Amino acid sequence: MSAETPALTVEKMHKRFGQLEVLKGISLIANDGDVISILGSSGSGKSTFLRCINLLETPDDGVVSVAGETIKMRRRRDGRSEPADRRQVDRIRSELGMVFQSFNLWSHMTVLENLIEAPVHVQKRPRAECVEEARALLAKVGIADKWNAYPAHLSGGQQQRAAIARALAMRPKVMLFDEPTSALDPELVGEVLRVMRALAEEGRTMLVVTHEMGFARDVSTRVMFLHQGLVEAEGPPDELFGGSKSDRFRQFISKDRG
Amino acid sequence: MDLDFISKTFVRLLGALPLTLSVWSLSVVLGALVAAGVTWMRVSGVKSFELFARAYVTVFRGTPLLIQLFIVYYGLASLPAVRASLFWPFLREAFNCAVLSLALCTAGYQAEIFRGALIAVPHAQVEAARACGMSGFLMFRRVIFPIALRHALPAYSTEMISMVKATALVSLVTLWDVMSVALKIRNDTLVTYLPLILAGAIYFVVNYIIGVAFLALERRLSSHLRPRPT
Repeated sequence: MSAETPALTVEKMHKRFGQLEVLKGISLIANDGDVISILGSSGSGKSTFLRCINLLETPDDGVVSVAGETIKMRRRRDGRSEPADRRQVDRIRSELGMVFQSFNLWSHMTVLENLIEAPVHVQKRPRAECVEEARALLAKVGIADKWNAYPAHLSGGQQQRAAIARALAMRPKVMLFDEPTSALDPELVGEVLRVMRALAEEGRTMLVVTHEMGFARDVSTRVMFLHQGLVEAEGPPDELFGGSKSDRFRQFISKDRG
Repeated sequence: MDLDFISKTFVRLLGALPLTLSVWSLSVVLGALVAAGVTWMRVSGVKSFELFARAYVTVFRGTPLLIQLFIVYYGLASLPAVRASLFWPFLREAFNCAVLSLALCTAGYQAEIFRGALIAVPHAQVEAARACGMSGFLMFRRVIFPIALRHALPAYSTEMISMVKATALVSLVTLWDVMSVALKIRNDTLVTYLPLILAGAIYFVVNYIIGVAFLALERRLSSHLRPRPT
């Protein structure tokens, strides 16, 4: 990849659910190593934006490119948009590691099986190599001893760390985090944030939808604040948290502190 | 009543067990295949397929199996078109008719079990599979089916057991299954209850084994649901 090709670009993304226009044209460029925190009150469209990037929701309009490859879309007869090439979508999804709010580990598989599932069956890599890499990833997120446990036998924090390891096992170009700590008990939030901070420090490209102001301020390279489907404020965290021109953003962070 | 009579009756009844078991096994397997097709139609999202699948389930669950069996065995045979058709060599055999009607009936029940098991697969599990780039078929094979199977097992074992008992109906279309042998002994010897009790015991043991086998399978597949090992 040449230095100029961003890891991920999104141009003018639109999405409506029925009458409700959730995204009104949001664009984003993430270069290699960028950690972008996406903030906003509930209903601002931040989760939908993230889910439209890997097409868990189909955007009505907009262009997504991953490492220079554009996801091909086409118009259906009723005017709605749909992916033109399912296999391309599957391939690009495998390059975007997704971490969900409620972990979504496969309940019938052990932690190790969860980690090697997609590398073995989607990416068709040799099983032994995947197992070795999975064990290393589990050690990295601090649950090496839980490899043979089922998700239901883990705490929320452990499940989320396993889910992060599962996403990493695909060797993704970009990691997408959809409110990764929102479903956790307060005392478990820290262990997940520590793992995410470590990933950021090793230069991973990350998009993080979050309510964790501390993470957004201290870890991200850039912060994006969404309001009613539009980018209301954007910039380096120092600049934004130091005194944004946006009243709404100032109000938003003061509510959090209060 | 002597022991000799009991053991002779028991041996004769056991001799009919292979027929009972082959009617049962062929019809539940064939029924599962039909049910898979019906379930697929039911969740396909294609309106006409969905309607067909719903009608199928409604009709086969809503009418007595005995009537279905008689229609297949006597009813079809009375139609000249059927007797002239390609299927006649197949349909003239009582055994085939019995298997066919039991299979069509259990398919209606099994399709509902499969549908219930499928819709109980949490959406989050499917979404995780999609986010990893799994194609539709791979996702079905690796995530949806294994989870749905676990949901289906308890109801499925009940259906398997009902089907063993339902095979007793084939005694009414000239087949020598356990039930018809019991009735024959009863007629010939005028011993009223013993043949029935022995036959009942045979059905009971078969069903007990099926129940235990399904429980064992369920336990094997559900270690992720049990409390964490200590």
